[in-house]
Amino acid sequence: MITRPPWALLLLIAALFVPALGSRFYTFLANDVVIWALFATSLNLLVGYTGLVSFGHAAYFGIGAYTAGILMKQVGVPFLLAFPAAGLMAAGFAAVFGFFCVRLTRIYFAMLTLAFAQIVWAICFKWNEVTGGEQGMPEIPYPDFAWAERVAAALPFLGSYRTSEYFYFLTLVLVGLCLWILRRIVGSPFGRMLTTIRENPERAEFIGVNVRRYELAAFVLAGAFAGLAGGLFGIFNRGVFPDFAYWTKSAEVLIMTLLGGMGTFFGPALGALVLLWLNQQILSHTQYWPAILGAILIVLLFVFPGGIAGATLALARRLGWRSARA
Amino acid sequence: MPDPTFVFAQSLSGLTAAMFLFLIASGLSLIFGVLRVLNFAHGSFYMLGAYAAYQFVQWFGTGPGRFWWAALGAALAVALLGGLVERLLFRHLYAKEELYQLLFTYALVLILSDVAKGIWGTQQLSVSRPPGLAGSLTVFGATLPYYNLFILLLGPTIALAFWFVLHRTRAGRLIRAAALDRETLGVLGVNVKRLYTGVFMAGSFLGGLGGALVTPVKTIVPGMDTEMIVEAFIVVVIGGLGSFWGTFLGALIYGQVLSFGILFIPRFSIFSVFALMAAVLIIRPWGLLGRPLK
Repeated sequence: MITRPPWALLLLIAALFVPALGSRFYTFLANDVVIWALFATSLNLLVGYTGLVSFGHAAYFGIGAYTAGILMKQVGVPFLLAFPAAGLMAAGFAAVFGFFCVRLTRIYFAMLTLAFAQIVWAICFKWNEVTGGEQGMPEIPYPDFAWAERVAAALPFLGSYRTSEYFYFLTLVLVGLCLWILRRIVGSPFGRMLTTIRENPERAEFIGVNVRRYELAAFVLAGAFAGLAGGLFGIFNRGVFPDFAYWTKSAEVLIMTLLGGMGTFFGPALGALVLLWLNQQILSHTQYWPAILGAILIVLLFVFPGGIAGATLALARRLGWRSARA
Repeated sequence: MPDPTFVFAQSLSGLTAAMFLFLIASGLSLIFGVLRVLNFAHGSFYMLGAYAAYQFVQWFGTGPGRFWWAALGAALAVALLGGLVERLLFRHLYAKEELYQLLFTYALVLILSDVAKGIWGTQQLSVSRPPGLAGSLTVFGATLPYYNLFILLLGPTIALAFWFVLHRTRAGRLIRAAALDRETLGVLGVNVKRLYTGVFMAGSFLGGLGGALVTPVKTIVPGMDTEMIVEAFIVVVIGGLGSFWGTFLGALIYGQVLSFGILFIPRFSIFSVFALMAAVLIIRPWGLLGRPLK
């Protein structure tokens, strides 16, 4: 058996050195990318692997962000508990909403997910006492990094970092862990069954699979990981706002997933990287980022429906085929 | 028990909102019914209709009758844009998955909102009421501006005209046939492509007209597109996507729930509308008056 180099692990280690470059901006951008990569990958479990087009995935992101934010700011719960709570809360909501959504087919599924997401948004927007309403909830505290500072003091060769950089390391490790779990899920018999359902739900039903139950499980898992991403994002963003759950956020994460390549595991993460980087680059030149994003999207839909990953794979296959002939 | 005059005034305002919504949502519903596409850009067409009406009013001036020409011109311009988009781009996505179609219409939302920002800036714009309808009358103690009365009458008129076109003309027969079975219609020698372009234009026209007519009562602001598409969505989902009377019913329900929701549970009136939509989707996914999709 040929052992491949563990690319993902190497990438993770490389990402750990981003703060060492000394640019606050790059650390900020990398942190953003890492969180969105988890969000987009969680959506891909649903859209890419199970074939369920959710237009309301931002709901679970928002629920996770609010859960972690409220717990840490209002209740004073440590991050170690608030983070899993964000995932659990999102999973709980995804279980309830998903129960109804998986009963519907295709376009109606997309609409019901959108409707539920808008309900979540409306509650976040209006429930001033708990969510801060329209103004959102600013000043979510960072996790306590006293231990990390002690470690850094004891091991001076590691260097010392700012709180935001400690948070970046923490995000990196947690997202790395989540992606590893998602990867295991996708590769498991359960994940294979999801792909079967995507390809042919009737056939899956014929061989005795409870399609709805599998779809619901995928929905809950995707919601849980979106919630975890949201929990991290609220802290990273230094505040939680209702538009985290607005339908345009759901569209944004869909675009990322599509841009990177749906149904390939690392495609959505790649999409997050490219899109956020482009966003930063273009915003320094023009304020018309949405129009450019729209143009990118149209090109993508017409020319590269497989996204970056799909196009790269196609190109590699073609090159491979040519060298084989030559 | 609240004051009956107040209740009446509240239901009138709900009814006016409903007629606007019906006008806009009927275009969305028409496009969905025939093309089987959920058009997120419909809100953008509505926004462009409003901006275009503002622009035409600037050009034409505010003399008697000018506003109506401006509104008509705006709606036609939007219809033309819709036709171009369908003809040049959208048509090529019919064979692809729904996700691609949805995202294409979302790309239009992004582009058109920036186009509007580029042309008209981000400040609020407004159009004054047409001079013929500037006053108001009092009905059972409730004030009803003449313009709102006009909208109240326009809604049912459009509904009847719609019904007439759909059920009593050849084009309407073709539209209904295309909604049922486009392949067979094509085999029978009907130019389905042209029909689709026509339907998309008609739908865009209704969205643009709604946007143009709303300008005397609402300020024109960026972001009115994404707000409206959600409302129009709720209306057609409640009533039944592609069902014409369903859209009318959905708009009526939406208007009343919203205006009385504000009365009883002021903070959660938006919530109540979304909850209603979710309830309909759960119990009858195809809407109150819609037919299940095969």
